Amino acid sequence: MEITRRTFLKISGATAAGTVMGGLGFDLSPAEVYAQELRIKGAKETTTVCCYCSVGCGIIVSADAKGKVINTEGDPDHPINEGALCAKGASLYQIAVNDNRLKKVRYRAPYSNTWKEVSWEWALDKITVNIKKSRDASFMEKNAKGQVVNRANGIASVGSAALDNEECWLYAKFLRSLGIIYIEHQARI
Amino acid sequence: MTNHYIDFRNADVILNMGGNVAENHPVSFKWIQAARDKGAIFIHVDPRFTRTSTKADIFVRLRSGTDIAFLGGMIKYILDNKLYDEFYVKNYTNASFIVSPKYSFDDGLFSGYDSTKRAYDASTWAIEKDENGISKRDMTLEDPRCVFQLLKKHYSRYTLQKVTEITGTPEDDLVKVYKAYGSTGAPDKAGTELYAMGWCQHTVGVQNIRAMCIIQSLLSNMGIAGGGINALRGESNVQGSTDAGLLYHIWPAYLPTPQAHLATLADYNKTTPASKDPRSVNWWKNRPKYVASYLKSVFVEKANKENDFGYAWMPKLDQGQDASWLNLFDEMYKGTFTGFFAWGMNPACSGAHSGKVRQAMTKLDWMVNVNLFDNETGSFWKGPGMDPKKIKTEVFVLPCAASMEKEGSISNSGRWMQWRYKASNPPGESKPDGDIMYELFKKVRALYEKGKGAFPEPILNLKWDYETNGHFDIHKVAKEINGYFLEDIPEHPADKKAYKKGTLVPSFVYLLDDGRTSCGSWLYSASYTEAGNMAARRKKTDPTGLGLYPEWAWAWPVNRRIIYNRASVDLDGNPRDPKRPLLKWDAAGKRWIGDVPDNAVPPMGTAGAYPFIMKPDGVASIFGPGLKDGPFPEHYEPLECPIEKNVMSNQRISPVIKIFEGGPDKFTTCDPRYPFVCSTYRVTEHWQTGVLTRWLPWLIEAEPQMFCEMSLELAKLKGINNGDRVVVESPRGKVEAAAIVTSRLKPFQVAGQTVHQIGIPWHFGWIHPKDGGDSANLLTPTVGDPNTMIPESKAFMANVRKLTTKPAQKG
Repeated sequence: MEITRRTFLKISGATAAGTVMGGLGFDLSPAEVYAQELRIKGAKETTTVCCYCSVGCGIIVSADAKGKVINTEGDPDHPINEGALCAKGASLYQIAVNDNRLKKVRYRAPYSNTWKEVSWEWALDKITVNIKKSRDASFMEKNAKGQVVNRANGIASVGSAALDNEECWLYAKFLRSLGIIYIEHQARI
Repeated sequence: MTNHYIDFRNADVILNMGGNVAENHPVSFKWIQAARDKGAIFIHVDPRFTRTSTKADIFVRLRSGTDIAFLGGMIKYILDNKLYDEFYVKNYTNASFIVSPKYSFDDGLFSGYDSTKRAYDASTWAIEKDENGISKRDMTLEDPRCVFQLLKKHYSRYTLQKVTEITGTPEDDLVKVYKAYGSTGAPDKAGTELYAMGWCQHTVGVQNIRAMCIIQSLLSNMGIAGGGINALRGESNVQGSTDAGLLYHIWPAYLPTPQAHLATLADYNKTTPASKDPRSVNWWKNRPKYVASYLKSVFVEKANKENDFGYAWMPKLDQGQDASWLNLFDEMYKGTFTGFFAWGMNPACSGAHSGKVRQAMTKLDWMVNVNLFDNETGSFWKGPGMDPKKIKTEVFVLPCAASMEKEGSISNSGRWMQWRYKASNPPGESKPDGDIMYELFKKVRALYEKGKGAFPEPILNLKWDYETNGHFDIHKVAKEINGYFLEDIPEHPADKKAYKKGTLVPSFVYLLDDGRTSCGSWLYSASYTEAGNMAARRKKTDPTGLGLYPEWAWAWPVNRRIIYNRASVDLDGNPRDPKRPLLKWDAAGKRWIGDVPDNAVPPMGTAGAYPFIMKPDGVASIFGPGLKDGPFPEHYEPLECPIEKNVMSNQRISPVIKIFEGGPDKFTTCDPRYPFVCSTYRVTEHWQTGVLTRWLPWLIEAEPQMFCEMSLELAKLKGINNGDRVVVESPRGKVEAAAIVTSRLKPFQVAGQTVHQIGIPWHFGWIHPKDGGDSANLLTPTVGDPNTMIPESKAFMANVRKLTTKPAQKG
């Protein structure tokens, strides 16, 4: 039988009484199992893969009924990490639950010394106008040799290995449709 | 990686050189320990004693920037002691190939050098062809112009004495490593190499890795379980983002970005790699199918044969144009760009010579920065030395969702594409990156639909329909990447079967060059098929017992877990290493058993093909004529180095690196003001610029501030005590740090002089925490490898001195 995380918990729960008596002289294990159940009781578990290095460790994210992350831990069923995580992976919880996260769109006007919070609609509209202005002003149909190049020389992009595969692909498509050739990201540095 | 993380456990000898696996890829270390538990030898070669070294059976030091000398000595040792695998070298590498009589090497320069252009004409390095256009060979390996003899000659110069003089590694230590690693040349032994930025971030970065590729080819360690060349990449999806073509020189799946002189798709397709050798699969011959299918995924019905599938709508580089990172920021500094996206990146801290990068940003009209936290890029205008009143740049910071707040896949270094699910909603008004770019493009298109604009065709014709019930749907993009049949195909040339329009292609084998298929990225074709989302699989079967887990997630290409795996068998298709049978030919069933074969052709002994199917000649390249800096790796000093003369030749630095001169770009060599070799590196508790991890209380408590590691000897010399505040400075900038005086670093004896090395992490930045220090990249130079333009952050010159004044007030 393949031992999955759940069957493992069952087995370890059943055998715990016989193994953890140790030097204490009394058995703490039922209390421990109960406490562990409480923390993630009723939580919805989803699997994810760590966002840091490239090992690709599996992580289980537990969220409560309101969709708030209440726990993250290494996925014992994952063949690469078998439940283990490093200091960063073990801190994934603090990415999800963190007061420092940016929650609103910020705008800094030319020569201003402050941020202003703005709406998505306003920001995306203004960025769109900027893209068109920069693109149209710098668009080159033919290069100095008279060869067709159809590119926008006035815009550059960096990013990102922090995106999902599908987003990377979509972003590359977006940039090249605008005619951008200065496209770089973390892989170069 | 040619192999994958779990596969480390299959090795007999593991070499970690150019990396610090225990601290930077900690969990993978369990597979090194699993190998050690079975008796494997683990070797760590590094300038610094790290937590990796604590677990090493052999640890030796070398001066940063001298890996080719070290490895060149190993090549010589392997050849002198006949430790190479003769069968493998003759049959699966280009050792027997005959090189042009025009090829030569003299005093650090290969033939074809033009000093005015600082470039080689590589035509003198060509492999000779016979009358049928097939590469000439001498299977006895005795022809003086065969690769094997040229290799011997080239590395005969890398004597132990010279290598020691360059690297500072004692001769005994060199021999210890050479002997241990050389033992894997036996067909039933496996040796693997794990590297990271410690090899890439040098002006000889590619040749560092090439040197190891030569060793792995000599020792029959490519294409086998427990072998390979394994890049431990620094980010969870930097493999996937590279595969997706987010670099100036490649479209998705490594299709070269078109250049201006290739005016039509036919011109582009004429550059498709070709081979006249019937025994070479030359997989890249299929490129026209992948290009046509990619263009169909970009423009779909608007792309047809008549309009070259929209080839002309895609932007072209000038011939030979290099638009890579260092040039990008050089152009930005010169004011070339008005607009800039820093999407999921923090170049104000990650870019080499960050001071120049930060100044460059002041030249922009606008910047869009997408991130989870405030960072030094989005807030550059209020950083140290900046006066917001003088900075025109309009900045938009868009808050995005974290990895567990959206759905999608990422690819690890072992090429495993793994699906992630959404666990919670992103906080506040933040949104998944995919949603942001999807909405943004719709607005751009609407604006071009409304009014006149430059060359609107690619924008108006772009396929951008990835919605379900009015919401962006990542699964639709994943399917687009896999590819579709765009028409009914009654009898497909690949298998004579019928396929329906609108269904997903089973794999890239089914892609066509006539517009009847689309595919966003051919390497990812077979990842999301009519059978479902392969990346989401979680079945732990392991039929080979080698830990390939073929039904867990999915690996590119076509779920192959170890690349070039037919190099693990003999000419009859039997495993050369019976203990680790990766692949075996079933003659009766006419099929391969084991991993997905690197091409399902029969064994070489039965009129099959060579195993290295991505190489035009079908064999591993011991002689590599395709690079800008020479067909064999040669030792050159870093651009900034502590010795006046290269011990190997009169070429002190690589003769073909681009020198950025003027303005903020300054360099020094053998300058008493900057006498110490400096490297940047990482710690376990932080990630990259710290853009995420500096904001996490648990991690910032563990590693709260910038530090500088130095040896006891150097500390004594400079009057610095452990914990003192110090300034580390290069010609380009300076950073404050806490001194860590440690025996983990030791001075080197190099070319008759004592060379001190210091080290600094690059995780910090001025924005947070307030007293944590700034970026190590304020010190690093604008100079890159001539092939990749990856900056030389691992070896540059710096000074360290005790801070006698009070620390500057921040923020």
